[in-house]
Amino acid sequence: MHIMEGYLPLNWCIIWFVISIIVVAFGLYQIKKIVDETPESKALLAVSGAFMFVLSSLKLPSVTGSCSHPCGNGLGAALFGPAVTAVLATIVLIFQALLLAHGGLTTLGANIFSMGIVGPLVAWIVYKGLTKAGISSTIAIFFAAFLGDLLTYVATSFQLALAFPAPNFGAALTAFLTIFAVTQVPLAIGEGILTVIIWDRLKAYKPKLLDKLGALAPNEA
Amino acid sequence: MKTSTLIILAVVCIIIFVAPLIMFSGHGEDDGYFGGSDDAASEQIEASHYEPWFSSIWEPPSGEIESLLFALQAAIGAIIIGYFFGYWRGQGKEE
Repeated sequence: MHIMEGYLPLNWCIIWFVISIIVVAFGLYQIKKIVDETPESKALLAVSGAFMFVLSSLKLPSVTGSCSHPCGNGLGAALFGPAVTAVLATIVLIFQALLLAHGGLTTLGANIFSMGIVGPLVAWIVYKGLTKAGISSTIAIFFAAFLGDLLTYVATSFQLALAFPAPNFGAALTAFLTIFAVTQVPLAIGEGILTVIIWDRLKAYKPKLLDKLGALAPNEA
Repeated sequence: MKTSTLIILAVVCIIIFVAPLIMFSGHGEDDGYFGGSDDAASEQIEASHYEPWFSSIWEPPSGEIESLLFALQAAIGAIIIGYFFGYWRGQGKEE
């Protein structure tokens, strides 16, 4: 989902930057609040960020014959919500832009928007919706992570189709969705399963902390 | 979840990611397989005669250095997760 350095026209770079900065600033404010209220959630924040670090470094093969990487943004979204996850994604994306030439500084805003905002927002809505409907948090986290990952790539496809609507928006969107979203389906399933495994252990080790953060299903608390 | 369920989940995950390697075995980068989707998107953009207006301020000078930095990224994440999970597990046993 990385849009490479220099591959977005300046006006789009600015638009995505402005949106992302607002969300990341709100996320920083939320992190401060969460850490003040529940200091022991610091470790959980670190684990959520670390999970993104690991998953987004893994380039995995897909049944389409090309490679892509998962995002790991569903876990943070279910625990802390999308804005906090945007902050964690920013750290990962800066690391990759500076050291790996993956993504870039000019496209940082756009990449934060897809991996740090759209994906986590979808994951968070799915997670909250399913747990409120009485579905176990372990099942809910699978669908949250699966859709969070997939929609991150759908968001990138939209961003690129908006910036490069050649020959027209619809055709460009189809082309980018074919490159990104189709390849991503098996990876998103894998990410869902990995997130379930991590979630299961978190629930076993830190049930009280998860409950305090409001991250468990109502019937599990 | 039972340990056996976790192991089954992990195996399913491995199958998902090994399957493409078996399906396309014998193919490689030269005939267009296993390339990155990010690069494919960049090519799609270049096809519309777009010139990137900025390039990375630093790039890993070789594939070796790039894999070093990717391994470093995964290791940093794995250390943090492993540290806290081990800590929490020990904590749980003491209580």
